[in-house]
Amino acid sequence: MNYSWDFLVYFKPSVTGEGVYWHLLASGLGWTLLLSLLSWVLALALALFIGIARTLPHRALRWPAAVFVHCFRNVPLLVQVFLWFYVVPELLPQAIGMAIKQAPPTLSQFLTMLLALSLFTAAKAAELVRAGIEAVPRGQKHAAKAMGFGMVDSYRFVILPQALRIVVAPLTSDFMNVFKNSAVALTIGLLELTGRSRQFSEFSAQPFEAFIAATLIYMAITWCVVMFMRHVERRLRIPGTGGA
Amino acid sequence: MDHFNWNALDRAWPYLLDGMYTTAMLTAVGMVLGILLGTGLAIARLFGPPWLAWLARIYTDTFRSIPLILTIFWVYFLVPYVLRTITGNPNLDVGPVYAALTAFVLAEAAYFGEIIRGGLGSVPKGQMQAATALGMGQFTALRLIVLPQAFRNMMPSLVSQSIGLLMDTSLVYVISLNDFLGAATKVAQRDGTIVEVYLFVALVYLALCSLGAALVARLQRRRAGH
Repeated sequence: MNYSWDFLVYFKPSVTGEGVYWHLLASGLGWTLLLSLLSWVLALALALFIGIARTLPHRALRWPAAVFVHCFRNVPLLVQVFLWFYVVPELLPQAIGMAIKQAPPTLSQFLTMLLALSLFTAAKAAELVRAGIEAVPRGQKHAAKAMGFGMVDSYRFVILPQALRIVVAPLTSDFMNVFKNSAVALTIGLLELTGRSRQFSEFSAQPFEAFIAATLIYMAITWCVVMFMRHVERRLRIPGTGGA
Repeated sequence: MDHFNWNALDRAWPYLLDGMYTTAMLTAVGMVLGILLGTGLAIARLFGPPWLAWLARIYTDTFRSIPLILTIFWVYFLVPYVLRTITGNPNLDVGPVYAALTAFVLAEAAYFGEIIRGGLGSVPKGQMQAATALGMGQFTALRLIVLPQAFRNMMPSLVSQSIGLLMDTSLVYVISLNDFLGAATKVAQRDGTIVEVYLFVALVYLALCSLGAALVARLQRRRAGH
């Protein structure tokens, strides 16, 4: 191939005047990390509530939770993002819709993506939480009841401590997926890592260098996630249970 | 709600159907070739020589750690480049459809490969040993004894992954390919009916994926029933 490699391109100034190329990637990485980590925290909190609601005996709680999970899992993330970004502001009262449209673009892109990614991720994680709760042997629940624990206390002291330990390992791939899914933000104009790498490739005409850098950064993120989750799993393991 | 203009959808039907055809084609090809290539990867990792198992692992880990959009960008510029170098024709262009297909097949192979590897692992080792003891070669034993049992075990996961693939095909939006979402976006922009069109698109995806989810639930019940 007659491609002219230039690994010094990272230190050359971008044609847009936004600084050297590695600055572009670093700013993209910043958005990717901020967006993904915030979404992950929000999604986990929401998934905990929804996952628990899915296992409760009350229909009034179980049904809305099931509908939430079904809808947010079965519509493509990109379509959900477009719904939040283009459709919802039109359906809100005019004053609020106008306020959203007049907000600084980066802010509204970021918040839209944060909302969409959190809900999408929460729906997937909620199913894991539910599966974890259902994996706790039934005898535990009955024993808690026999000991006089109410519903809240038996979840708090008996079921959840066991269920949440079960879900840590399967949650690893969901945590990895948040970072990958955050790339969808580029479709509404937020220049996260993938968006920046495309910009880099177009402006510099060195696509190999641009995409290799982005690929290596994503691989490093994945590696960090795997290490972190393994650490969490080890820390949470109850001594003597041998681990899963 | 009375200011909705649903009539606009009537005229857009043929165009939207065309988009749906592209979505279905991407999903079907990605699924079939992804499963074939994924089976190869899984067999390489479990039964191949160490160097091949290592290559298959690097392949899988790489494609599983980068966003699909980045894979699409990679392929979109890399495939024409490679083809131009091979054919020596500097103006050769493959177009976004083939780029998208290649990207999905490459990425899905990694995802399907992991499911198939798990499925192969779920078949007791004794099956392979018994088959080879009966005089079958390793390849024949895989084809006739291990793979059929493995595929039965992993049907639910394969179907869920295919639903994921159907949803992920919407990402070809980033290379302006006219899949269902792409076609709908053009209709919405032309007629100024963004609200109606995107709500309709969401409902169609929801309906299709719900059918898939129901199929997964059925398959899981059937397995549990055994």
